[in-house]
Amino acid sequence: MRYIPNSPEERKEMLEAIGLKSAEDLFDSIPQDLLLQRPLNTPGALSEIELLARFEKMGRRNAGAGRPSFLGGGAYSHYIPTIVDHILSRSEFFTAYTPYQPEISQGTLQTIFEFQTLVCQLTGMEVANASMYDGSTALAEAVLMAERVTHRSKVIASNAVHPQYLEVVKTYVQHAGIDLELVQFDSHTGQTGKPLADAVDDQTAALVVQSPNFFGCVEDLAALAEAAHAKGALLVVAVTEAMSFGLLKSPGACGADIVVAEGQSFGVPVSFGGPYVGLFATREKFARQIPGRLVGEAYDKHGRRGFVLTLATREQHIRREKATSNICTNEGLIALAATVYLETMGRRGVQEAAQQCLQKAAYAARKIESLKGFSLPFSGPRFNEFVVRGPLDAAELLSRLGKDKGIEGGIALSRFFSDLPNDFLVCVTETNSRAEIDALVEGLGSISNE
Amino acid sequence: MSDGITKVTSHISPNEQLIFERSQPGRIGYRLPALDVDETPVADLLPQEFQREDDLEGMPEVSEVDVIRHFIRMSTWNYSVDQGMYPLGSCTMKYNSRLNERVARIANFANLHPLTEEHDAQGALQVIYELEQHLAEITGLPGISLQPAAGAHGEMTGIMIIRAFLDTRDGAAAANRRTMLIPDSAHGTNPASAHLSGFSVKTIKSTAEGLTDLDHLREVCSHGDVAGLMLTNPNTLGLFERNIKQICDIVHEAGGLVYMDGANMNALVGVARPGDMGVDVIHLNLHKTFSTPHGGGGPGSGPCCCTKELEPFLPVPRIVKTDWSYGEPTFQLDYNRPKSIGRVKAFFGNYGMFLRALAYILTHGNDGLREATEAAVLNSRYIAEGLTPDYDKPFSSPPMHEVVFTDKRQSRKGVHTLDIAKRLIDYGFHPMTIYFPLIVQGAMLIEPTESVGRQELDQFVAAMRSIANEASEDPELVRNAPHSTRIGRLDEAAAARKPVLRWKPKSD
Amino acid sequence: MANVPEDLHYSKDHEWIRVDGNEAIIGITDYAQNSLGDVVYVELPKAGDKFSASESFGSVESVKAVSEVFTPVSGAITRINESLADAPEAVNSDPYGDGWMIRVEMSNPREVDSLLTAAEYEDFTKAESE
Repeated sequence: MRYIPNSPEERKEMLEAIGLKSAEDLFDSIPQDLLLQRPLNTPGALSEIELLARFEKMGRRNAGAGRPSFLGGGAYSHYIPTIVDHILSRSEFFTAYTPYQPEISQGTLQTIFEFQTLVCQLTGMEVANASMYDGSTALAEAVLMAERVTHRSKVIASNAVHPQYLEVVKTYVQHAGIDLELVQFDSHTGQTGKPLADAVDDQTAALVVQSPNFFGCVEDLAALAEAAHAKGALLVVAVTEAMSFGLLKSPGACGADIVVAEGQSFGVPVSFGGPYVGLFATREKFARQIPGRLVGEAYDKHGRRGFVLTLATREQHIRREKATSNICTNEGLIALAATVYLETMGRRGVQEAAQQCLQKAAYAARKIESLKGFSLPFSGPRFNEFVVRGPLDAAELLSRLGKDKGIEGGIALSRFFSDLPNDFLVCVTETNSRAEIDALVEGLGSISNE
Repeated sequence: MSDGITKVTSHISPNEQLIFERSQPGRIGYRLPALDVDETPVADLLPQEFQREDDLEGMPEVSEVDVIRHFIRMSTWNYSVDQGMYPLGSCTMKYNSRLNERVARIANFANLHPLTEEHDAQGALQVIYELEQHLAEITGLPGISLQPAAGAHGEMTGIMIIRAFLDTRDGAAAANRRTMLIPDSAHGTNPASAHLSGFSVKTIKSTAEGLTDLDHLREVCSHGDVAGLMLTNPNTLGLFERNIKQICDIVHEAGGLVYMDGANMNALVGVARPGDMGVDVIHLNLHKTFSTPHGGGGPGSGPCCCTKELEPFLPVPRIVKTDWSYGEPTFQLDYNRPKSIGRVKAFFGNYGMFLRALAYILTHGNDGLREATEAAVLNSRYIAEGLTPDYDKPFSSPPMHEVVFTDKRQSRKGVHTLDIAKRLIDYGFHPMTIYFPLIVQGAMLIEPTESVGRQELDQFVAAMRSIANEASEDPELVRNAPHSTRIGRLDEAAAARKPVLRWKPKSD
Repeated sequence: MANVPEDLHYSKDHEWIRVDGNEAIIGITDYAQNSLGDVVYVELPKAGDKFSASESFGSVESVKAVSEVFTPVSGAITRINESLADAPEAVNSDPYGDGWMIRVEMSNPREVDSLLTAAEYEDFTKAESE
C-alpha cells in the first residue's frame, strides 16, 4: 500500500524489536472469537488510473452537473475565484487540525479571526463563531440558544423558512422541551411578516424567519424585531443566500438577535450538498451562550499579538453535558474558503456580485412573467430567487426542460408543498449569462405551448 | 542528540498583519463580466428601507497579490500532517491522499446541485450507496446514514435513534428509562450528545487496568432506568475493551442499547467489527479512519451505522437501489420512513467527504485496509516500547493504535505535560493530545497512525528522550518552550477575561 | 500552604461564609481558587433569587475548567459582587476580600452550625489532596 511508509521488511524488523512474531500478535488483546477470520468483503485495490476512470464514469451519470442551472433553494452557483481552491489546497491548511497548539497554528487561528470579523461585518452583528456545520444546523443551534438565553420554551417559525432547515430544527428540538409552532406565509406577498409578528407572546423565546425566504421574498425584519422585543423574545434570522448580504440591509441593523447563514455562496462549490459552512453571529452580551468554537486575540510575554481558541469553558470537552452544544469539529476548511473568497472579492466585489444577482433575476422574472400562461404569484420584494407559476405541472415542465433543452430550470415546489403543483423556484446569479436566461425563457415558452 | 534530530526554526516568516490592516481604499482583487442585461434602478426593485446603507464599511479592499501573500505567509505558521508526524491522540492524523482531492474535484460531482432531480444525479447517489455498503461491511452494521456532518453529529444521531427505539418499544414507560451510561474516560462530546437527546448522564468507573468496571456497570444497570451505554472501543486509553461482549450483554439484559464511539476505528478496520461485538449503533469519523482531510478543524463527516433493528429510525432520506437500467443500477431517495428521527442536516451530509472516503477504500482495497490497521497498531506499539524507559506508562496492557503516557516522572522536577508538549514543537513535531483522558493525571495520548515511517518514529522517540533528559538537567528550558516559533505561549487567561473576538477599526 | 482565616465557616465544596448579623457573605476559598487556576469569569445569580443550602448559585470559570459554586446556607440573595464582571481575577488575588461573590439573607441561620471550622477545613483539604 503506497500510503504506508514502512515496507513489509521494515515492519517485520519492528515487530521483532518489540518482541512480537507476527502482525496477528498485535491484536492479542482482542478475544479470538471477535476477530474477523476472513478478508473484508470490499473490492480489491484500484490503481490511480482505474480509480479515476471509475469515478469519471459515475460522474457521467450526473447529467444535471453540466447544464446551465437556475437551481437555488439553499445551494447557489456563484463564481469562485481560482485562488480560493489554490489556497485551500495548501497542505499547511488542509492537513492541519483544530488549532489546539497556538504556537504552530497561527495560520489557522488568524484566518478564523478574520472569518469571525467578516461574518460580523456582513450580518451587522457584534460576535460570530468559528463556523457551524451548515446553515440548517446553525439554525437549530440558534433555536436551542434562544431557549437558553430567554428561559422560555416556545419558538415560532415562519413556514417560509427552507423546509429542510425546519426539518432539522424539529429533529434537534424534539427532546429539548421546546414547542415549535409554524406560521403560514401570506399567499399574496410570499412573506410571513405580519402573521408572524402577531403570533409572538410573552412565552415566546424566539421568532424564526428566513430572509430572503425560501420563496425568495425579503421579509420585513425590522418590524419583526420590534414585535419580538416588545414581548421579550429574540429574533432569529436565517439566510440561505449569503450573497444577499451585499445588498440587503443587514439583519443586525434591523435588530436581529441571532443571525445564522449558509456560507456556501462564498467560494464553495454546490458539491451535491456539502461540505458547506454555517455562519453564526449574535450580540456581544450573548457571547458566553454561543455554541461552537471562538478565536480571540491574545499576547505572549513579549507583547507579540497572536490568536487562541478562547471561552472554551462553554464547550463539550470541559462542560460536558452542560455545554452550549455538542459540536466539536466544525467546518474549518470551508470557513477558510469563505474567508479567501470574501477577501478576494472584497468590499466592492461582494456588492457588485449581489447587484448582478438582483439585476439578472429581475430581468429573468420580467421575461418569464411575459410568457403566456406564466405568472409570478408572490408580490414581496426579492433578491435573486423567485417563484414562477406555470400552466402545467412544474415537475413535468422542469423535467422536460432538462431532457429536451439541457437546462436545469428550477426547483418544483411540489417537492415541499403539495398544494403548489404548478409552482417552481428560479434562481439567477452573476454566473448566468443573458443568453442562458433567454434560453430558459424560450424553453419554458416552447414546452408549455406544445 | 542522536538520529539526526535537530531543533527546527520554522513558523517564522515575514510579519503579516490582519487583512483589514493591509486594506487600502480602491484596491481590487476580482473582475466580473460586465452586466449584460438592462439595468433597472435598484429603488424600483427593492424598497429603500430594505437596502444596505453601510457600503460594507470595514471589509477589505485588496488586490489578488495581497490575498495570495497574506494566506501563503499565514500558512507557514501552521504545522500540518504533510510536514511530519502529528501524533494527536484520538484524532488519527493520517496522510490525506492528493488522489482523493482530485476525485472530489471532478466537475460532474463538484458542480452537481443537491436538489437536482434523482434521474439526473444517479452517479452521485451511487457513490452514497456504495460507500454505505462498504461501511456496513467494515462495521458489521447494515443500517447506514451518511447525513451527520461530524463525529459529534453522528453521535447525536445515534443517541436519538436509541431514544426513538426505546420510545417505540416501551411507549410511555420509556420515560423511566432516561439514563445514559458513559465511562469516565469518554470524549466530552458523549455527555453533550446524550443531553441533546434528553438523557441524563451517569458515569461508569474504569478499573486500575484501564477498562470498564464490570461490577460498577452491573450495579448501575440494576435500577431499570438505563437507556444505554456510550462506549469507545478501543477506549480513549488506547486499550481494547476485551469484555466488550459481556458489557453489551449486561446492558442488553438491562433493557438498554450499546452505542459505540467510533473515533478509534483505525485500530479495528479489517480486524474486528463492532457489529460482531454486540454493539447496536456506532458513528464513524471519515476524517479520521478514512483519511478525509482535517482541514484545520473540519469539515468532518460522521456516518451513523446501526443494526437492522434500528434501521427504521435512521435520518431521512435514505438512498435505495431500485432497479437496473442500461446495465447500471438506479437509485432513489426514500422519505417514507415514519419511524425516522427526522433530518439532521440539509441535503445529504458532507458529500465531498464521501467521495474522498470511497476513494480511500477503493485505493486501499480490502487487504490494504487491514494492512493500514496493522501498521497503525504496530507504530503505536513501537512508540510504547521506545518511551517506556523514560516516561511513566500508567497501564501495562499493550496498547492498540494509540498509547497514553504521563508526566509523573518529569513533574518531580516541575516539568509538566504542557511543557513537554511545547518542547516537542522545538524538535519539529506536533505535540500529542494532552490532559486527555481526564482520568489520567498529566496524560499524553500519542497516536502515530500508519503514515509514519520507522526513521521518523525513531526521531520522535529520540526527541522525547532528549526532552526527558532536559527535564532533569535544565527544567527551565522545557518550561519556557517553545523557543522556535514566531510567538511564545499566549496569555489565555487575559484573552478569556476580556475577549476580543473580531477586528475593529482603530477609531471605534 | 493555602490561607484559611480563623473567623470564617467553610463547606466541603470549598466555599467560605462570613456571618454578618442575619446575612452571610459567601465566596470560594484560597484552596479552591488555587486549584482552579486563573479565574476568567464568574457567573452569579440576581439579587432576590432564592436558594436552599447546598444548591448551586453560579459557576467559576478558569481557562480550562469550570466549577459550580454552592451556597452553604439557605436564603435570598441581597447583593452580588458586581465588580467580578470586570475583574474576575479578584477571586485569585483576594478570595476572602474583593473576591467575595454573594450576600445572602439567611432563612435558617442555624445551618451555619453544621459547617466546618477553619481547623476542620484545613484537615479536610489535606485529606483531599492526598
